[in-house]
Amino acid sequence: MSVFNQSRGRIIQIIFGVVFIVITAQLINLQIFSSQYKLAAENNAIYRKIIYPDRGIIFDRKKRALLENTISFDLVVTPSESKGTDTAALCAILGIDTAEYKKRMLDLIFKNTRVRPSVFEPLLSAELYAKLTENMYKFPGYILSERSVRTYPFNTAAQLLGYIAEVDTSYLRKYRHLGYEMGDYAGMSGLEKTYESILMGQRGIKRYIRDNKSRIQGPYENGIFDTIPVAGRNLFTSIDVEVQQLAEQLLQNKIGSAVAINPKTGGIITMVSSPTYNPNVLTGNARRKNWGKMVMDTAKPMYNRAIKGQYPPGSTFKPLGALVALDQGLITSDYGIGCGGGYGACGGVYVRCEHGNAGHAANLRLALANSCNSYFSDVFRKALDNKKWGNPNQGYLKWKEYMNAFGLGRRLEVDLPSEDKANIPDTSVYNKFFGGARRWNSCSVLTLGIGQDKMTATPLQMANLMCIIANRGFYFPPHFVDSIENEQVEDTVLMNKYRSKHVVTNIADKDYQAVNDGMHDVTVYGTASHIKIPGVEYCAKTGTAQNPHGKNHSLFVAFAPKDNPTIAVAVVVENGGYGSVAAGPIAGLIIEKFLNDTLSTAGKATAERITKMDLVPQAIKNWYTRKDAERAARLAKLAIEEAAEKEEAENIKENNKSNTEAILEQGSKPVGNKKDSTDKYKIKAALLLSEDKKKRIGGRAQ
Amino acid sequence: MIKNKNISQGVDYPIIWLYSILVTIGVLCIFMVEYREGGNWFTSFIGGKTNYSKQLFFAGFCALVATFILLTDSKLFTAFANLMYAFGLLLMIATFFIGKNINGSKSWIPMGGGFNLQPAELCKIFTALALAKFLSRQETDFSKLKFQLIGGAIAIAPAILSILQHELGLALVYSSFLIAMYREGLPAQILIFGSSFGVLVIASLIIEPNTLLIILSVIAVLLIYFARRQARRNKGLVTAIIVIWMISAGTQRFVIPYIFNNVLECYQSTRIYSMVGRDYNCADNVKSIKKQQSGNEKAPRKPDDYNVRQSKIAIGSGGFAGKGFLKGTQTRGKYVPEQHTDFIFTSLGEAFGFIGCFIFLSIYLALLYRIVQIAERQRSTFSRVYAYSVVSILFFHIAVNVSMTIGLFPIVGIPLPLVSYGGSSLLTFTILIFILLRLDADRQMVLR
Repeated sequence: MSVFNQSRGRIIQIIFGVVFIVITAQLINLQIFSSQYKLAAENNAIYRKIIYPDRGIIFDRKKRALLENTISFDLVVTPSESKGTDTAALCAILGIDTAEYKKRMLDLIFKNTRVRPSVFEPLLSAELYAKLTENMYKFPGYILSERSVRTYPFNTAAQLLGYIAEVDTSYLRKYRHLGYEMGDYAGMSGLEKTYESILMGQRGIKRYIRDNKSRIQGPYENGIFDTIPVAGRNLFTSIDVEVQQLAEQLLQNKIGSAVAINPKTGGIITMVSSPTYNPNVLTGNARRKNWGKMVMDTAKPMYNRAIKGQYPPGSTFKPLGALVALDQGLITSDYGIGCGGGYGACGGVYVRCEHGNAGHAANLRLALANSCNSYFSDVFRKALDNKKWGNPNQGYLKWKEYMNAFGLGRRLEVDLPSEDKANIPDTSVYNKFFGGARRWNSCSVLTLGIGQDKMTATPLQMANLMCIIANRGFYFPPHFVDSIENEQVEDTVLMNKYRSKHVVTNIADKDYQAVNDGMHDVTVYGTASHIKIPGVEYCAKTGTAQNPHGKNHSLFVAFAPKDNPTIAVAVVVENGGYGSVAAGPIAGLIIEKFLNDTLSTAGKATAERITKMDLVPQAIKNWYTRKDAERAARLAKLAIEEAAEKEEAENIKENNKSNTEAILEQGSKPVGNKKDSTDKYKIKAALLLSEDKKKRIGGRAQ
Repeated sequence: MIKNKNISQGVDYPIIWLYSILVTIGVLCIFMVEYREGGNWFTSFIGGKTNYSKQLFFAGFCALVATFILLTDSKLFTAFANLMYAFGLLLMIATFFIGKNINGSKSWIPMGGGFNLQPAELCKIFTALALAKFLSRQETDFSKLKFQLIGGAIAIAPAILSILQHELGLALVYSSFLIAMYREGLPAQILIFGSSFGVLVIASLIIEPNTLLIILSVIAVLLIYFARRQARRNKGLVTAIIVIWMISAGTQRFVIPYIFNNVLECYQSTRIYSMVGRDYNCADNVKSIKKQQSGNEKAPRKPDDYNVRQSKIAIGSGGFAGKGFLKGTQTRGKYVPEQHTDFIFTSLGEAFGFIGCFIFLSIYLALLYRIVQIAERQRSTFSRVYAYSVVSILFFHIAVNVSMTIGLFPIVGIPLPLVSYGGSSLLTFTILIFILLRLDADRQMVLR
């Protein structure tokens, strides 16, 4: 019998072999061809601890730190170790209720598991920190962990410096390859964003082995894979913090912007957009709340008008208009017209001029000094109707070429994010507007000659234009950062953009001289003659841009000193009226502060007067009043609801005595014939009345 | 017993060598699992508190037992086979009354001194002996159904007791006797039917019931179409196909869902489903619903394949050449549960990689082939059946244990022979192998 089944022994051996081969195949699959297991093993067992370096500091031109790092504390909890915590005490300190506590805890556990530490309350205030340190023994599983945060000792330049915030998921999706992780902070706007890669430094990573309960077992491979954090590098900017502070002060209670550039380097000395905010409100634990409030604000305090605001340049454009005509040989500096109070050569379009006296536009210098609208309308038409280009359409294109060369209608690539290019319209825009290329001519777009119509410029572009005129034909792209600490090759590549000289068309020096003379005359006997800077001869041009929505915008551009200029300024004050009223004095004071380091007594008086000048439009003031009223009403409503709830609860208690009574009462409520329910209405009405009164009082206080 | 007989005479040395190598590997693997950097492993080793020192102690005890077995007369085993089988069953029944609950199964008898004995483990030996005894009887004709059924009953009785003790893994081991019985003439059809049934079970887990029904119908129709010539001669063929089709359909439609929902525990169903990569919904499980209603157990947790996942990660991360002795991060981090017992293979896979695993499995394969070789050179049926039983049990343990760590088989509590930590298991396999060696040494003596 055994002989009969001999072959079966062989079969059994084959079965053993087959199973052995199957197992080997699966082992090959797991150990040789599947890389995901190695990765999973690393994720399991290797804990990467990120060591954050100090962020780089941003200095002004005299090496004063515009922002610094300080230590703040986060309350960090490891949920699995937090048994026995005095929850009530913790809630009392943090000012939350137990429901909120439970919600946060569940949230943390869901996001980050119960064995890993996660932030329970970030960026504690000094007071909270003090309270917590006293009571930490009551909260096992909780620790206070350090975090480096920004402070701003000068409370200034918020929009320029930008802010840092925790990265969100969309940021991570975009920049994951740079090694950002959940919980990291990164620059979200301003210089913090532009120079993020330099400021952030290099994070260090320490690797530890951990076990299945996330307990650290020791360094991984004795730390041979660890990297040391490299501190972020500092930035040295051309900002002058005192001038910046002064400019911000002068633009208080106004909506507008001021930009000052050193024409010799392109370094921006000051850039203000008003209203602005204190950068310190966007650090610490109130950041989210303040941020939300500012985003909702109708005056947009976070909006940088200096690079995003688009204003018609108005008369400040006139020097450029003159340069274009001079360069094309259409006029000479002696060219003059007789202006009797307006330009009427175009028939349908009549451009009014502020002056009617004879001879105020007898030559270029006079026309600039007196800002004669007729003169520059005439010059503009000459440029467009230049026979050399064939037709006004081509003439316009040539004119636009000049504009772009002078930095208008294109981005200047300043080192802030989201710069606007403003607008020098293309011919296609006018073709569409007028219904065809042949249906418009120099008369149709006449007001472009005096900086109106569809042309707009940002304050930065206006200041840059002044740099070109001050330099007589070249500029360096405007920028904040002059140098980077410990500059690397790739930084030099980045910075070369700002260090290379841009020559703007080859306009003859004598043409510039004529324009400069005219602009100097503006300050001597022209529209800005009342604005004096002690010991400084300067060139300027006022502007008053027509504003279809309200009072005219006040504009002022200037550079100083007259010979060898070191500062070029552009100031825009919305609804400020004449250029010399609001914007002019601000520009003058900025120049004075920069060149003389201090303000004269007269200057201080002017500064005080300008600071107090309130030019915020009524519509915006009304908005604030309304918002405050709404907030008050919301609070009042909450109070009433609470009171009503309490009453209800008491009512129910009473009603429990007799159910039938309760039903009756509920049924009769709307009618209001039951005694106690009418009483309730009376109480409510009284409450509302008092709140209304409060509202009105509050409104007046605003 | 002859007094001056040398016990080493006729003993098969390759087996002893392979046995020693495997036990040594086992102790080293357990050491890898227990080892912690920094601690003085030598003092803890001497202290005897650690699992590897315990295992070494077990190994020493097993060496004593092995020597004792080699000193006995082989006639002893044939003579006492039935008696020992009865004793083993009694012990297993006794556990229901004096048993100790370890890891949720009441299958251990406390022996004092912190040691516990699992009778179901020892019962493997007794069953192997009893089966060998039964098949070697003169009057047994294993080609007859009656004797096949009795042989099956001998193997199934302890299995049923194991299931009652909630030791599914141990119960499954008894199915390995099918291999031994197959060698002795059990019709191959049973094995073929068995494996087809296995395919059907897996298919009905993976494929939608309705789709599978369509597939089965299509197969049946095709079979009838191709077999239509033979069908003319043999009328019963078509009927047979239709009957098999109906049985298959009924099985996949009603029997398998019934088993998973009503017979198996929730965690068992979950494990089997997770092996084929699917989630089992415990809300369908009658037992878990009952437990929930009686309030004894928390709501069923989400299906969790943590064990298999961690086990695969540990083995997979070993790569081709492994991370090196004591360098395994997963082993050190205790990521694999029960790593010193059922999942000991993972520590080896992580530390020594594919090369190590391949060599290790080759050692096992060499052991298996050597035992088959020994089995085939026996003159007596008793020795041969016993040898096949031993090799079947070993093979089943190795195949199932390794397969479950690499995700080819659902997780059942089956140790890796001679390597996993555990005194009962080591002792059982030692006795199994050394009885075989004793029988083999005496193969020339008698024709049993």
